[in-house]
This record gives sequence, C-alpha cells and structure tokens, in this order.
Amino acid sequence: MRFRGRAKNGAAPAAPPPPAEASPGPPPVLVIDALGRKCPIPIIMLAERIREVPVGQVVAVLADDAAARTDVPAWCRMKSQDFVWEETLQQGGWGFHIRRTY
Amino acid sequence: MAEPSTPGAHRDADHPGTARFGAYFDAASTEPPHPAARAALLEALDAGWADPARLYGTARGARVLLDRARARVAGVLGARPDEVSFTSSGTQAVHLAVLGGLLARRRAGRHLVVSAVEHSSVLHAAEAHEREGGEVTVVGVDETGRADPAEFAAALRPDTALACLQSANHEVGTVQPVAEVAQACRGAGVPLFVDAAQSLGRADVPDGWSLLAGSAHKWGGPAGVGVLAVRKGVRWRSPLPDDERERRRVPGFENVPAVVAAAAALEAYRAEMEAEAPRLSALVDRVRAEVPRTVPDVQVVGDPVRRLPHLVTFSCLYVEGEALLTELDRLGFAVSSGSSCTADTLRPSHVLEAMGVITHGNVRVSLPRDVRADDVDRFLAVLPDVVARLRRTTPNDPTPNGPTPNGPALNPTTDDPAADDTTTDGSDTSTFETGRRSRP
Repeated sequence: MRFRGRAKNGAAPAAPPPPAEASPGPPPVLVIDALGRKCPIPIIMLAERIREVPVGQVVAVLADDAAARTDVPAWCRMKSQDFVWEETLQQGGWGFHIRRTY
Repeated sequence: MAEPSTPGAHRDADHPGTARFGAYFDAASTEPPHPAARAALLEALDAGWADPARLYGTARGARVLLDRARARVAGVLGARPDEVSFTSSGTQAVHLAVLGGLLARRRAGRHLVVSAVEHSSVLHAAEAHEREGGEVTVVGVDETGRADPAEFAAALRPDTALACLQSANHEVGTVQPVAEVAQACRGAGVPLFVDAAQSLGRADVPDGWSLLAGSAHKWGGPAGVGVLAVRKGVRWRSPLPDDERERRRVPGFENVPAVVAAAAALEAYRAEMEAEAPRLSALVDRVRAEVPRTVPDVQVVGDPVRRLPHLVTFSCLYVEGEALLTELDRLGFAVSSGSSCTADTLRPSHVLEAMGVITHGNVRVSLPRDVRADDVDRFLAVLPDVVARLRRTTPNDPTPNGPTPNGPALNPTTDDPAADDTTTDGSDTSTFETGRRSRP
C-alpha cells in the first residue's frame, strides 16, 4: 500500500523503481537545479526558463520536494508541454525531464 | 464589510456561516453549530445526564432520549435503528468499521480494498491492518478524483474481506460511484464500507452499503459524536476490548446530550438541504466559472457535475498555498488548503497527488448552510488581486511582466517594473539567474 499520508510519523514516500539503464529520453540541453527548494519554486523556475531551450529539446528540473513529483507532470498537462520521464537522483530527489512543445 | 479578523468576534445568529468579521468557507472541516443542535443540547444536558444502562426513572429517561435519537438518525440514513451505533467521533466510527469488518471476515481472508482518495482515517486503519500482516490494494482515481467501478471490481478477490469507498471526496467534492461498486461487491460477496462523513445530511445516502460511518460536526451537530451503521446480517466484530455499551459495538459511556443534539441537527439539516443544497450548488458553479475567468493560470479540480453541492477546490499556479490562506484570512475569509506547506508534514494532500493535479497554491472553498451569496461574490472580487499580489512577491517569480509560455500574462492587471525588487525572501533568491529571465 502506498498511502503517503500527512501523518506526523508517516514513513518517507516509497522510492519509485530505479530507472532503466538506458534513459527513456534524449539528454537535456538545460538542467535547472531546484534542489532544496519547496514547491512552487521548482515549477516557477521551470516556467521561467523552459523558453531557453529550443522547441523539441528537453529541459530537466532537479527537485527534492515530493510535491514536485505531482506538480511537474500536472504543470506539463496544464501547459501542454511534454513530460518525458522522472529519474531518481543518487543524492536524493528526482530529475524531471520535459520536452518543450511550443 | 471586510473588517480585519477579530478573535472572539460575534457570530451572526441568523447566518452561522458568517461571523461578523468575515466569511466562513470551511464547512468541509466542520459545519458551524446548527441552531437545532444548540437547543436540543441545552435541553438534554438536564434531561439526559443519567446512565442509560440503568433501570430507574432518570436512567430510563436518558435511554428514551438515546433511542429516540437513534431512530431519528436511522431515518435519515435509511437504516433500522438497531443497525445504528453512536461513537465518540467520525474517526472512531471509521476505525471500528474498517477493523471490525476485517476482523469478522478473517476466515474469508485478510485482503482489503480501498480507494486512493479515502479520508486519512480509512487509510490509517488500512495501514494498521497491513502492519498486522494484512494485505491492502489501493484503487486509483482519474483526474477528477473518481474511482473507476470496473477497476474497483477487478481489485476484489476471493480472499477480500472488506472494500472501502467514500460517498464523496472530502477535498475535491467528487461523488464516487458507490451504487456500481456496491453491486460489484455484492456479486463478489464482499461487504462494502462507505465513509459518508462528507455527504451525510447534504445528500441522500447511497444505496448498497454494508457498513457506514458519519460525523456529527460535519452536519452542524456537536463534535465528539460519530455514527457507525452495520447492516443487519453483515458480519462485524469489535477490534477493541469487550464493552456492553451500544450493543457491544462502541466502548464507553454514551454522551446522550451530544447524541440528542446530533440527531436533532441531522434531521433539521437534511430537511433544509432540500432547498439549500441547490442554492449552495449554484454558488459553487459561480466559483467554478468565475475563478478561471478572472485569475490566470488556475486549475479548478474535481468533477464539475457529479460533485457535492457545497465544495470546490482550485489550485493557483506559482503561489504558495499557505501564503494564499494567510492573505485570505487577513481579508476575512476562512478557507483550507491541500498544499504541502499547509500540512504538518510538508506533504501535499494524498487526494491531489492521486488525481495528478497541481498541489501548490491550493484552496478549498466549502460553503456552510446559510452562507451569504454576497460573501461569495466578495471572495470572487478580491481573489484575482490576492493571487496577482502573491505572484508578484513570490521568490523566483517567473516573467512578472510577460506572458507565460502558453500565452496569457501572469499578472495581466499589473505592469510594475519594480516587481523584481519586491521579493519577500531576501536570503537566496538572487542565486537564481534573475537577469537571465526569458522574456518575449
């Protein structure tokens, strides 16, 4: 069971399965480091800088606030950007890969 | 009208949802006391204090009050009085329903099915079951927060002891397909527990439940009264030490005055909701339509049609939920949020996570009975400016003077060239390349 509840003594979220060796997408042309920043900051940084990569290229956001795991894909759906995949970082946190569509 | 909030300010007796200092929009957390509850409680404090388990006159009087309250609640639930027990909270009713339902069917198996968006009391009971060696399957929801009946049915197994589905979601208002799921459960011979806490009194109780739970303070009754209903013929065994009270279902001396008040409130509330629910629903429709029109970059979540009458949730991009709540409170509006920054644990709401919708900048508006339409209008009038102001002052505000990637300007109402300097967090905002903002 995967209730990542808000109980005070709740266990840390279960780590997602380790990513396959071959990454499911092309390497990012821009990496945004939002580690240590709470949502919505990672989303703000993504919205602010996605225009720095050419259309069709991939930008990665690194974040360790668990809310980003929901908010980055949700932002992509809302903004019609292409969420490519989520990688688990060695040092903790996640890398979210997004392809700019327009 | 929008006076600053004053602790201890008087409530307007005719409008329990409206304190004089502002507007109360958090009925989903707790409904303001119903006048019928107050009157019944005062009367029963004098008439119903004796031990309803004893045989002398005052005790028999308390027993009569208790049984009458039971019959009134059963009437609203569509249950028999002997199926209804009073607990000391809605949470206790849920714990007893889940753990007692599982315990009684231990021979069938130890598998439990729950939806991903159940109230935390259900999910914590499921966790407890798992710690004791049981197995739990969590059925996901779609983007509106609704469980798919087919997926739910597919999760049922021969060793499934119990299934749990709420009547409607407490955070986004989406009504669950209880009747369909109940049919699947009946077919599989699995009892269904329905947590009706958020809908009881506001909407009809869905058909097909085996066990049901509710909470009196959600319908304007006093806190400290829950309802546990177990259908005749459904197996149930208390997970707690034996006790004679409430047909051996709930331990502890009955709080007769509070139970009487809860029953009076439920009856009055349910009757009023015939006219009040459509009115509240129209106000919610207004919020659902106006907020995306007047506030850019907003996601209104939950099912727009199959929903509770009084509840609407939306998320504002690029804003902290906590900042939004604080600012709205300052303006006299009491709302709640599922954003992580508003939770003790800094985890976002499991409901919003399961739906896969934006969790930051989240606001839940839930309207109490008798809420004033002009308070809702006032809320709609101030919200755009509140959000715009917070976006201007959030560290790392993206493109404060320009359009967001998909077109509409983030702050169309403002064009303040000094916005970059208004960051509230002076510590490390400059580490982000403010000079390299992408501009149109």
